[in-house]
Amino acid sequence: MARTVIPANQAPAPSPKLNYLNNGHSLKSWLLTTDHKRIAILYLISVTVFFFLGGFFAMLIRLELLTPQGDLMQADTYNKVFTMHGMIMVFFFLIPVVPAVLGNFLVPIMIGAKDLAFPRINLLSWYLYIIGGLLISHVMLTGGVDTGWTFYSPFSTEYTNTKIVEAGIAVFIAGFSSIFTGLNFIVTIHRMRAPGLTWDRLPLFIWANYATSLIMILGTPVVAITIVLVAVERLFHLGIFDPRLGGDPLLFQHLFWFYSHPAVYIMVLPSMGVVSELIACFARKRIFGYKFVAMSSVALAVFGFLVWAHHMFVAGISLYAAMIFSFLSFSVGVPSAVKVFNWTSTLYKGSISYATPMLYAFGFIGLFTMGGLTGLMLATLGIDVHVTDTYFVVAHFHYIMVGGVLMGYLGGLHFWWPKITGRMYPEAWAKLSALLVYVGFNLTFFPQFILGYVGMPRRYWQYPPEFQALNVLSTAGASILAAGYLLPMIYFVWSLRYGAIADANPWAAAGLEWKTTSPPPTFNFDETPVVTWEAYNYDEIPHKERRVPVAR
Amino acid sequence: MHDSPATTMEHEAHNPALLHHFADAQQQKNAASLGMWLFLVTEIMFFGGMFCAYLVYRLAHFNAFAAGSQQLSIWMGALNTAVLIISSVTVVLAVKAAEAGKRKVLVGYLVVTVLLGMTFLVIKGFEYREKFEKHHVPGSTFKFTNTFDDNGKQIPVNPKEAELFFSLYFAMTGMHALHMIIGCGLFSVLAVFAWKGHYTPGYFTPIENAGLYWHLVDIIWIYLFPLLYLISRHS
Amino acid sequence: MASQVDALYIYLLLVSGVMTALIFLSVLVLAIKYRRAPGHRARQIEGSTVLEITWSIIPLFVMMTFFVWGAVIYFQERTPPADATEVYVVAKQWMWKIEHVEGQREINELHVPIGQNVKLIMTSQDVIHSFFIPAFRIKQDVLPGRYTTLWFKATKPGRYHLFCAEYCGTNHSGMGGDIVVMEPQDYAQWMAGGPSAPLQETGKQLFTQLGCATCHRFDVQGRGPNLTGIYNKPVLLEDGRTVIADENYVRESILNPTAKIVSGFKPVMPTFQGIVSDEQLNALVAYVKSSSQPPPGTAGLQNQPATSPAQPQKMQVQ
Repeated sequence: MARTVIPANQAPAPSPKLNYLNNGHSLKSWLLTTDHKRIAILYLISVTVFFFLGGFFAMLIRLELLTPQGDLMQADTYNKVFTMHGMIMVFFFLIPVVPAVLGNFLVPIMIGAKDLAFPRINLLSWYLYIIGGLLISHVMLTGGVDTGWTFYSPFSTEYTNTKIVEAGIAVFIAGFSSIFTGLNFIVTIHRMRAPGLTWDRLPLFIWANYATSLIMILGTPVVAITIVLVAVERLFHLGIFDPRLGGDPLLFQHLFWFYSHPAVYIMVLPSMGVVSELIACFARKRIFGYKFVAMSSVALAVFGFLVWAHHMFVAGISLYAAMIFSFLSFSVGVPSAVKVFNWTSTLYKGSISYATPMLYAFGFIGLFTMGGLTGLMLATLGIDVHVTDTYFVVAHFHYIMVGGVLMGYLGGLHFWWPKITGRMYPEAWAKLSALLVYVGFNLTFFPQFILGYVGMPRRYWQYPPEFQALNVLSTAGASILAAGYLLPMIYFVWSLRYGAIADANPWAAAGLEWKTTSPPPTFNFDETPVVTWEAYNYDEIPHKERRVPVAR
Repeated sequence: MHDSPATTMEHEAHNPALLHHFADAQQQKNAASLGMWLFLVTEIMFFGGMFCAYLVYRLAHFNAFAAGSQQLSIWMGALNTAVLIISSVTVVLAVKAAEAGKRKVLVGYLVVTVLLGMTFLVIKGFEYREKFEKHHVPGSTFKFTNTFDDNGKQIPVNPKEAELFFSLYFAMTGMHALHMIIGCGLFSVLAVFAWKGHYTPGYFTPIENAGLYWHLVDIIWIYLFPLLYLISRHS
Repeated sequence: MASQVDALYIYLLLVSGVMTALIFLSVLVLAIKYRRAPGHRARQIEGSTVLEITWSIIPLFVMMTFFVWGAVIYFQERTPPADATEVYVVAKQWMWKIEHVEGQREINELHVPIGQNVKLIMTSQDVIHSFFIPAFRIKQDVLPGRYTTLWFKATKPGRYHLFCAEYCGTNHSGMGGDIVVMEPQDYAQWMAGGPSAPLQETGKQLFTQLGCATCHRFDVQGRGPNLTGIYNKPVLLEDGRTVIADENYVRESILNPTAKIVSGFKPVMPTFQGIVSDEQLNALVAYVKSSSQPPPGTAGLQNQPATSPAQPQKMQVQ
């Protein structure tokens, strides 16, 4: 079979001793870096801290819910615990994680650029994230917030006496971190692609991050102004959402969900991009229906803005508005389904390996399918009236967020770990963790679908005794899940010192990032690559038979 | 407008403003420009939330909104509108001066823009003070006994709904004023850099981009003025 | 209506089950059949526009069936019949106050007869709540400043959970109750009659039901004064007066709480004027008189009543 000649200057360079990790060891060289790869590492560390903080609160929730009575903590404390769990997980983990960690690291390299368009703004993004994070931590340490992460008015504006304004400022600042990241990605992808890298040659991970960035810049400012209005209402008694002043609490919900629904696509789209990369590599095939998968990302971004009031079917909106939003919510299911079908079709006549990243990709497909189908149930008006505000919804979004987003992230982290660190993780332990995560996850959240349908409302500190058995199952699952998350913490850190040294392309994968060293040099490429091939040119990439890369 | 440059990396040794991660100055300029336009889009979405609230409540409480609007000082609002439009002209002239390499003219127009911006803020300050004196500031001191003058016919309004109008008035003009303050700061910094000779005909992107920001803040005011000040002003 | 919701749900479960099984099995079968093996190379397949259109259109049509059926049910749920009897519901943190048009008032319970269309007209005194009856598969948010409605027709006698389903603060999960569905003749009797349990027992139930226990705790200091053994004892008030906590004091505290605020407490107790009937007030007073037995583990009382026939057994004599 004819091979396209890959120019010599595009082959992996002989690994120099100097790479982005050891190019400067001082704290200042890290904290004042403008290197997108170092910023990605800074995000990796901070995002992981918040993940475990949010996870700690989740553990408290599950422990309390072991028994029907509220006996582990007071009701007010529990309300703060689930609020902080939600706020931290949504704003400080799920929204930034894939774009800020994997996106920051890979977007410039994947398009053959030396860095993002605005490296200093990238650093600013991280600092904004940290400032927001410090503020929210301060809120937690000085009493917490008890409104739920959705901080509905008038409870949040008039009735609670917790630190809404400070928490709002924290989220506002973190929101700008998100906006600047999105802005950076869009400009980078538009203006800094390597010669020959046309839009239809872009990796699907880039398409996914591009669509995500569109949502980030269009949606986030709306929640920002919503937070401002809540804050001024609390501070200066300006009654925007106050019914006693002729205001409308429903207006808050519209403004809030106008962002917060697209926000879930900010969370899931980049992870879907990861899954595309994983399946292509571990089936050694171009993704089936590349164009449709790319377009579906953009479709999700656009349609995602049209469905927000499906969170408000019983909130008091008009009958006809509810019908319109229900109809539109079904249409947004089509692009997601298209992706799942295309990924599955890619497996046909592939050459499939079961490396850990691929296991996570399989997990994503299965669990996202279940999460998405239950989303359709929620879009169905007659059913939503019954199950909204119950554990059914909680289960649905955890299937997408944890079964989807988090699995995609973990898969990506494993896949690109050798590129980021120059080391391989231990495969056996990684497979075990993936299994624990999968089993633990299903045991935690599947019972919650049932709990919701039989009537257990959400945000409940205590519940009728007949709900206990399912709650106990769920908590048991959570302990397994926790183990599945702790293990990678340990072995990833272990691998930094003891992992097998990785070469430039341990997976024999396609993509520009695999044409530079592991870890890459500070400026990514010695010479800007000139792209003359299509994405996922796996028929041209020789596959190595050995499983573990040879040390340098 | 091409998306990706065909040139390989060249060092523009004669342009110290070129950042190392860009292939050439054109790519850098295009990137900065696109970045600023995207940022302006976020600003539009940001103000959009408040415009949305305004729309909903004006439809629900028109009389109260009209009554509140009639209590605003139309001449101060109009004066401010004129001030801002003139300041946008000075911004355009500043960009032209930068393009032509006329350093002193550039600095002059930048400074005039800042002064006009401050004029706007001072007039706004007088307006706010008037609101305070008339007890039209929402909160515990709020008192509203005016009616909606509908072509001579006096229609009484619910003071609580009028308070809602003033809440939006302060929120929207306050947020706008904050953006003006930022703009004045930005242009002051640019004036200093311009004086020091940072901008040449080959590189004046910051002036252009800051100009875009100023124009947006101006446009937002041009929407705010009729929406807030001109409800039902026939007489 | 509930059975219609269940039928729709089962339909969706079946379709989802089939889809899930399809995807899971496909992935499993393909992953095994095309596993990595020496000599076998992957075959690059660009795609198939026909397939893409097919698997976009067919799911869209299936989803439209979900939409239509769901919308029909929703339309019915949101259109109360004209002949429905009306019941007013006022939600507040953290209780449901129910007022039958005939005048009967209830707290956290709603008695209804079977076979009768009932329409609830609901508003909230404070934050957003949500009236949720899982057994009837219905739910409606209850908002301050406006009315929202909910209607149903109960078909089987029994007691069904009522939950608050919109997070509303501290006692959101305690803001529950029951829908009590009765045969028509039992309902008529209930409407006419009063309580039949011992008064202080009724009072004890009321004390919990009415939410008194939320603030008046017997173990630790709550938002309201500990009522253990207060009967006939002196009470220091915010304004410096001292009064004796007799029956009138207890009754007034329930109906007009701001008249006498106990020293060190805030005037946050809501009034139960119009909420509790006279019989219920008597029951509550009786309960407070009898509640001089502190639960195990708490400190006993320092002051003893001079003469009181109902001496508590566990008080520590000093």
